[in-house]
Amino acid sequence: MFHWLEKHPFFFAVAVFLVIAFAGLIEILPNFAQASRPVIGTAPYSTLELAGRHVYIKNSCNACHSQLVRPFKSETDRYGHYSLSGEYAYDRPFLWGSKRTGPDLMRVGNYRTTDWHENHMKSPTSVVPGSIMPAYAWMFTNKADIETAYAEQLTVAQFFSVPYNKPVPMKDGSTMEVKMGADLAEANKLALEQASLIAADMKDQDVKDAVANGQIPEIVALIAYMNSLK
Amino acid sequence: MENRPLEYDYTVAKMFMLTTILTGIVGMLIGVILAFELAFPELNTILGQGLAEYTNFSRLRPLHTDAVIFGFTLSGVFATWYYVGQRVLKVSMAESGFLMFIGKLHFILYVVGVAAVIFSLLAGVTTSKEYAEFEWPIDIAIVVVWVLFGISIFGLIGIRREKSLYISVWYYIATFLGIAMLYLFNNMEIPTILGANGIGEAGFGNWWHSVSMYAGTNDALVQWWYGHNAVAFGFTVPIVAMIYYFLPKESGQAIYSYKLSLLSFWGLMFVYLWAGGHHLLFSTVPDWMQTMGSIFSIILILPSWGSAINMLLTMKGEWQQVAASPLIKFMVLGSTFYMFSTLEGPIQAIKSVNAIAHFTDWIVGHVHDGVLGWVGFMIMAALYHMSPRVFKKEIYSKSLMAAQFWIQTLGVVLYFTSMWIAGITQGMMWRAHDEFGNLAYSFIDTVTVLHPYYTIRGVGGLLYLVGFLMFAYNIYKTMTSGRRVEESELQSASPMGA
Repeated sequence: MFHWLEKHPFFFAVAVFLVIAFAGLIEILPNFAQASRPVIGTAPYSTLELAGRHVYIKNSCNACHSQLVRPFKSETDRYGHYSLSGEYAYDRPFLWGSKRTGPDLMRVGNYRTTDWHENHMKSPTSVVPGSIMPAYAWMFTNKADIETAYAEQLTVAQFFSVPYNKPVPMKDGSTMEVKMGADLAEANKLALEQASLIAADMKDQDVKDAVANGQIPEIVALIAYMNSLK
Repeated sequence: MENRPLEYDYTVAKMFMLTTILTGIVGMLIGVILAFELAFPELNTILGQGLAEYTNFSRLRPLHTDAVIFGFTLSGVFATWYYVGQRVLKVSMAESGFLMFIGKLHFILYVVGVAAVIFSLLAGVTTSKEYAEFEWPIDIAIVVVWVLFGISIFGLIGIRREKSLYISVWYYIATFLGIAMLYLFNNMEIPTILGANGIGEAGFGNWWHSVSMYAGTNDALVQWWYGHNAVAFGFTVPIVAMIYYFLPKESGQAIYSYKLSLLSFWGLMFVYLWAGGHHLLFSTVPDWMQTMGSIFSIILILPSWGSAINMLLTMKGEWQQVAASPLIKFMVLGSTFYMFSTLEGPIQAIKSVNAIAHFTDWIVGHVHDGVLGWVGFMIMAALYHMSPRVFKKEIYSKSLMAAQFWIQTLGVVLYFTSMWIAGITQGMMWRAHDEFGNLAYSFIDTVTVLHPYYTIRGVGGLLYLVGFLMFAYNIYKTMTSGRRVEESELQSASPMGA
């Protein structure tokens, strides 16, 4: 059979393809129906948080920070509850990372504050002596891209039925609603409202002034995203 | 005239040899910069605060991986295909104007794609998925380049004179099919300009931005099915294709066993795809997939070692060549690193080992003993073998080649030993508890302790880069000032003939 295949390239290629596609069919497809349901307490990202997530991705934070707490005592002691599949239901793309040069960030919102992040991003060694993380000074001047974040919200709401403007169940039995702007102006307004709350906790005068003038520096969006990770 | 040897046309092979060397230098240089940035963080702002955004570790890291994967390695794969393909199929590119056109178009679009990748990654345009960072417009360009590669392969096969496909061709076909399938499925994404709001407005934001078709755990599953097998079909399969051609050619020895090559080929094809799950151990993907990933990773030793043993036994009775020829040294040590790396990987895929190794520098070390020791050595060996035949010039300096071999070997050894120690140290410190059950170390303790190993790794990488520059110089001098030589004068006693 093999000799025959080696003389018939078309059938050879078909045979190779079947052999390599087999694993994907068995391993991946069956999981698709069930794995993406959100657990209770998981809400979609707000416009500003999503813009912050884009800042996180743009700077490849995931190259050094994971977002996956493994079920070991040493990890739950350090980072909190181990990760559940449904907690990632709104993560497109997933940001588990493959290397922990720095600590896991899956639940960083539980134990770091806006103030801490501001100092840390400006000068990591000022809060973590010995840190090898570089400073991210440009995030204090570059502006966050609210428009693209809004476009992404619209896309996921439309194509994947992500529940914006709909009640989402919370752990205490209540519900919450993550608002998405009906148009770009409202999306900007919502983002700015959330940004103002964060800027109020920050010290950098330029950032405060920018937000007061209706502009949102990348750092504000990033902190909004960090604070949402719980 | 029937028996006159064919005149092969290496125009396209030469073009890809050039990009192999250029992207190799760029990718490895960035790698060395990154290595030293981890050891000495002040290097992150080496070009000043104004450019810090572009010299920063995190911004450069995807550029390093993609430059060496899609630049250096893929160029090497293409360069060798446009050389090996003609010779084992007994047909010249010059015989088909169409295939020549496709080959050149393939090269031009490839260069455009590489340039787009470099600029977009520097600008921070990325999807964040490892080795699939490109946004949808570049994805489409990559698919076009890949289809052209496929047309080249199957076009040349279509007009071949040698009816039986040589082993190398099997592997090139598998490379084409495997990457095509994986890349398409992993990059399923929806451009966000399509998102419309309640009043029908659409087209907001950056037109190149997209959102993955898969969410969370599913996205991770598809990504590592891709990520692991991009390694398979980019770093293993086409490199095995190369060694099956170049080792017999250079040594004049016939392949040790046809049956072993059959077993390793079909075994590799079947087993490799399953092993992707070992990137997701202890994650939120279902347990049975993690276990399958572990088990198949162990089984993967068989076909991997099958190829490597086949190569080493090909040298049976001719081991004096290893001492005499630096080119054979590269290939034999390459096979050895392949064995080493394909044993190390499965060990790391065992759940209890993975609990310590995952997320640490040991993984980085594993990747690099594979790519530096196996992929890099084999591609350089291939180009060294091709150069006299393509440029019709004798290799400029064999002693330079030998010196390069030892410098790079030392570099690889420094690299993986330091990363072993770093990874296991960090993994053990993360999990250490004191007598009261509290964590023994804060995270930063596990970072500062790595400084000496990061420094050694940087030196190892630098040595490898120096060796690569020697390689580039040697090839350049071969082209420009080597002694003219005809193919018939070169040692080539292989049963494959010319």
